[in-house]
This record gives sequence, C-alpha cells and structure tokens, in this order.
Amino acid sequence: MATDYQTPYKGVLGWLDDRLPVINFADQHLRFYPTPKNLTYAWNFGSLAGIALVIMIVTGIALAMHYTPHTDYAFASIQKIMRDVNYGWLLRYIHMNGASFFFIVVYIHMFRGLYYGSYKQPREVLWGLGVIILLLMMATAFMGYTLPWGQMSYWGATVITNMFSAVPVFGDEITRWLWGGFAVGNPTLQRFFSLHYLLPFLIVGAVMLHLVALHRYGSNNPTGIEPKGHQDQVPFHPYYTVKDLFGLGVFLIALSLFVFYAPNYLGHAINYQPADPLVTPPHIVPEWYFLPFYTILRAVPNKLGGVLLMFGSVLILFALPWLDRSPVRSGRYRPLFKQFFWLLVLDVLVLGYVGAMPPSGIWPTIGRVATAYYFIFFLVILPLLGVFERPKPRPHSISQPVLSDRAQPAAAPTSPAE
Amino acid sequence: MAKFRNLLAAAIAAAGLGLAPVPVEAAETPAPPEHTWQFEGVFGTFDRATVQRGLQVFNTVCSACHGMKYVHFRNLKDIGYNKDQVEAIAAQYTVTDGPNDQGEMYQRPAEPTDAFPFPYKNKEAAKNANNGAVPPDLSVITNARPGGPEYVRAVLLGYEKAPEDANLSPGQYWNKYYPSHKISMPQMLVQGVVDYQDGTKATPKQMAHDVTAFLHWASNPHMEERKRLGLKVILFLIVLTAMLYAVQRKIWADVEK
Ligand code: HEC
Ligand code: HEM
Repeated sequence: MATDYQTPYKGVLGWLDDRLPVINFADQHLRFYPTPKNLTYAWNFGSLAGIALVIMIVTGIALAMHYTPHTDYAFASIQKIMRDVNYGWLLRYIHMNGASFFFIVVYIHMFRGLYYGSYKQPREVLWGLGVIILLLMMATAFMGYTLPWGQMSYWGATVITNMFSAVPVFGDEITRWLWGGFAVGNPTLQRFFSLHYLLPFLIVGAVMLHLVALHRYGSNNPTGIEPKGHQDQVPFHPYYTVKDLFGLGVFLIALSLFVFYAPNYLGHAINYQPADPLVTPPHIVPEWYFLPFYTILRAVPNKLGGVLLMFGSVLILFALPWLDRSPVRSGRYRPLFKQFFWLLVLDVLVLGYVGAMPPSGIWPTIGRVATAYYFIFFLVILPLLGVFERPKPRPHSISQPVLSDRAQPAAAPTSPAE
Repeated sequence: MAKFRNLLAAAIAAAGLGLAPVPVEAAETPAPPEHTWQFEGVFGTFDRATVQRGLQVFNTVCSACHGMKYVHFRNLKDIGYNKDQVEAIAAQYTVTDGPNDQGEMYQRPAEPTDAFPFPYKNKEAAKNANNGAVPPDLSVITNARPGGPEYVRAVLLGYEKAPEDANLSPGQYWNKYYPSHKISMPQMLVQGVVDYQDGTKATPKQMAHDVTAFLHWASNPHMEERKRLGLKVILFLIVLTAMLYAVQRKIWADVEK
C-alpha cells in the first residue's frame, strides 16, 4: 500500500520525499490545494487565527522563561519582565494584546461561519472542532489572566472558580479541589500556570484536526454552493497565500497600534495593584471578550441557573448544524435569516456592553432581554426559519452567480443542501 | 462584503464598549480634569527637566511615606543623570542590609542597585503612623489607577474642606477625587515644601504636574523606546502591506469574477 507511492520530485527533495512525504503533503495542502475563487476577506480570519495562535505561543514561551508562578513573586516577576528583561515589555504587551486580538479574530471567524452556513452538512465536525477550540481558548485566557497576580487576577479567579460551588451536592468539594485549598492561593496559581502552558498545545492539536476536517470538503464560499469544477476554483498558492499575507499585514498594523501606543487600554488598571485577599475591588469585571458570557451568567437570579445558562450559551453551538433546518447555506439567499443574524450580532454587542455595567438600574433588564434573544435565535428562530422562510433563487454555480428568477426555478426550499 | 465591514467595525466597537467606564463611581466622584502632558501622543517624551523636578518632589516629600520597590536608583540614568549624580541621589536614602558576619541587620546608605526603599519597618508600622492606611508602593501607580496620571495629579491637588456631614475620623482628609473622598494621606503639596534647584516656582500645581510626570516615567520606563520602535514597525508594516496589496491585485487580475 504505502510502497505504491512514487515521489514526483527529483534530486534531494525527491530523496527526502520518498522517505518522508512531507513535500508532497505541503504541495497538496498549501500549493495546489483547490480553493473556491470567490472567497471574500471574511475568509482571511481562519489563517489569522492560526497566526495569532503562533504569536501567543512564541511570546508565551519567552515570558515563561522569566515568570515565577508563586503568589509572593508573580507580581514582582512581571515587573522585572517589564523593566529589566531585554524587550520584556514588548513580549508582554504583545502577549496581552494578542489575546484580545485572538478573540476578535475568532469571533469574526465564527460569525462568518454562521452567516454563510459553513457549519452545515458536510462540515458539522469542522464546526464542532471550532467550538472545542473556542472552549479551550476561553479556559486558556482565563487562567492566563490570573498569572500576573494583580487584584483583578485574584478576584476574577475567585469569582469564576466559585461558580463551581453551584454544582448540587459536590459543589464545595469540587471548588476546593480546583483551588487546592480553602481559597484561591498558591496551589491555584501554580496549577493555573501549568495548565496555561498546556492548553495552547491542545489548541494546536484541535486546530490540526480542524484543518483535516476543512480539507476533506474544502472551504465553503459566499454562495454556499460547492465548486462544480476547475472554473470555480484557484490553487491555494499564490492566490490565497498572497491574500492571507495581505490580511496578516493589516492585522499586524492593528495589533501594533495597541502594543506600541495603547498597551494597557484593553486591560484593567487595578490589575497593576498586587493581589490582596483582604480588599475586594468595587467592580470585578472580566476581560472584554468574556463580557457577553458574564451578562448571561448574571441574567438569572439563581446561581446554578446562571452557570448552566452561561455554559449552555457556548455548548448550544455544537447543536447548531441540527438546529438550522434550512437547506440553503449562505445567508445571502435567506432574506429573513439575514435580518435575524444581524440582530444577533447586535444582541451579542449589547450583551457585552451590559457585562461591563454594574448590576443595577436598567442594566439587568436589558441583559435579560438580550440573553433571551440569544437563546431564542438558536432554539426557536433557526428551526422555524428552516420551515417558513422562502429563500431567494441561488445561482447554478460559483462562476455563474447572476441568474434571473426564471432561469433557476428549481431553487426551492426543499432542495438538499447544495 | 459591505456587511462584513460592518461586522468588523462592530467587533472593534465591542472591544471599545467593553471598556466603557463603569459609571457607578463616576456618579459620586467627579472625573479628574483633563491635563496636557509632554509624554502624551505618538511623539510624546518625558521632558527631562520636568521629570527631574518631579524626582526632587519625590525625594523631599513623598519618600517620607512611600517606597518604589521596582524602581532602582540606577534607572535614574534614563532621565538624564550621570553615574556620580545617581550615586549621590541614592546616598540620600538609607536601606537595611544584612545579616553581616555577626548575624546582625544593619543600615547603610543606598547604592545605585537598590530600589527606592519603603520608609517604614513594616506594614504595621506604616499603618500605625498613618491612621490605619498603608501608603501604597508607587512603582506602577499611574498604571494602577483608572484615570492614570490625570487621576494621580487630581488626587494630589484635590483636597477640600469636608462637608458638614462628612464624619471624618482623625487623620482623614476630604479629597474631591479619591473614590471614597476620605483619604488618609494629608495634603502634601503646599506652597514652600520644595525649593526647586532649577529655579522654577514650586506652586502646588507645578509640583503635582512634575511629580506625576516622574511617577509616570517610573511606571513606564520604556515608554520612549516603545513609541520610537512602534513608529518604525508601523511604517514598515504599512509599506509592506501596501506592497502585498499590489501583488495581490496583480496575481488576481487574471481570475474571472
Ligand atoms: C505622611 C505620609 C505621606 C506622604 C508624605 C505622602 N503620602 Fe501618599 N499616601 C499616604 C497614605 C497613608 C496613603 C493611603 C491613603 C488611603 O488609603 O486612604 C497614600 C496614598 C497615595 C496615593 C494613592 C491614592 C489612591 O488612589 O489610592 C498616591 C497616588 C499618593 N499617595 C501619592 C503621593 C505623592 C505623589 C506624594 C508626594 C508628593 C505622597 N503621596 C506623599 C501617605 C503619604
Ligand atoms: C484557534 C482558533 C482557530 C483557528 C486557528 C482556525 C483556523 C481555521 C482556518 C485556517 C480555516 C480556513 C480559512 C477560513 O475559512 O477562514 C478555518 C475554517 C473554519 N473554521 Fe476555524 N479556526 C479557529 C477557530 C474556529 C472556531 C472557534 C470556529 C467555530 C466554532 C471555527 C469554525 C470554522 C469553520 C466552520 C470553518 C470553515 C469555514 C468555511 O470554509 O466557510 N473555527 N478555520
């Protein structure tokens, strides 16, 4: 079986490829790999997420060479990195702001998938792996934020780990087990550091599977119609390599603006105060990328209910391919879906805004309404749209996008996913 | 495409929204007044004369109660002092060292490798001397307060007559900008506490400006280098990205829409 493989390369490359067919692999997956020719810039965010992951790992490993995971030294070791380590300030500011940019990129990547129905058959597993990546990213970011051992690190870790005490019967045991003691303390910090180092490599693994799944059927595209042949596709290189590089340039410019000119803008000032278990800060607020989930957590007065709702808001994404019953993939041809989709985007922004507000006055009410819409979108609107929405006519193929209604009468809602 | 641009804008807005100031405190404490600093903006730098005057304020006033354990005397070279000057400044301070070969701790003048010492024996002594409050370490103070340098300057100047119903305990003072208004630090920057070496008139406003600029340098010692490097990096990236865009246009020119 394996011996059937005949390397197409000559010389040293051929010798190597004959023994370890990586050259062929790279050619198949990065060079000749046929890709729909109509991908918009919305498709840049996957590769950007991959590069963001690499940036985080590289800066993180360098930081770990100077960081001390101990409650007495963590804060001081960060100060040492910022002041005395050569370009330590640069490493840390890239890692700090890189986390925010990683989330921005992945959130856009996910909304892209949602809009163009990229999660639909046959890409359910690809999507599910994405949700796993998101969960891993959230865990990684949360634990990373505790490492500087500032006030928000300590109190954020306390609030989040306390959520587990809502688990019936075993809640307190679980929480103490997570802490490694009777409160967030040195054992907690050390295990968080250990896991913060481990999880990114699990993300790498999940990303590889994500790409295996992606390359099984190839990228979706703005029409949601699978390529029907070579006229619909271009080889990945040079077409998408150059486009991804251009996107990377824009991304790095945006990241640099924060790193060099507003490095602490996305963070909380009080995290520059050393952790103090005796002083509770007036507002314990998570990083911006968790704010929508924080609002959902606080949307119900019951602790267990809030925790379930919050985890539910992510886990529900696993079920998305089966909740959306419409056979039409792309939001382009779904007039109603489109409107509810943009309302969802707005809704998530509102959830985020409310998350930064104190739980008093009008805010809890707005938070509840926004939470309700979030779940209604997935549990009610999507299933119903599949039945009641009348999609617009779709083109026959990617290369033939302009078609009058008359030319394409078969585009009925009952046709199977194209 | 256009939709997608909206989405991007919205996501960036979301990033901004997340940071919207939490208004609860704002209702009670006024926002610190805007102030112009030389260190602001893309080309901002620490004006050496200002920061050196700030150091003088710190040495004569603040160091009586506050330390800066992450700022070393050797760092003062960055704000324009030479080796001898740094040694002379350090020598004004006393630090505890030891144990010596008899096993005793002892006091000695500070050296350039020492940090600005905490003037009290321990936290308890500090509390005892300051109405139960510990004067915080000022190494990263302008980064550690919402409002940053504006806030620090405002607090230093924000002392007012307490309202009738304030219920101040002895050793507490009324400060317009401090979150609870009741601060255990007395008003320090009064006319005449400092006599500037460079002849500048040491008004409270001038001192607050200078010492805050100094503290902002202490909190962000690499700011100038950061901004300089940032400019080069970003200009390089803009040129590179523009070129990549041109290459992309060229490569895609032959693909039919
Ligand atoms: C007599 C002792 C003393 C002196 C001198 C002193 N401080 Fe303080 N300072 C304190 C104490 C005590 C606190 C804590 C106040 C509290 O917690 O109520 C404090 C707090 C502060 C704070 C933090 C306020 C906040 O938001 O928590 C800053 C900033 C500060 N001092 C700056 C200075 C500067 C700058 C100087 C020199 C001009 C100075 N201090 C001189 C005793 C002093
Ligand atoms: C570390 C984070 C991630 C990395 C590195 C990553 C990487 C990629 C890459 C390189 C692509 C192909 C380019 C593209 O279509 O944009 C892709 C496609 C895809 N990703 Fe991700 N991804 C990540 C997270 C996620 C998440 C969190 C989800 C959703 C839950 C997701 C869902 C998808 C889907 C559905 C596609 C196919 C899209 C299409 O072809 O239309 N990904 N991913």
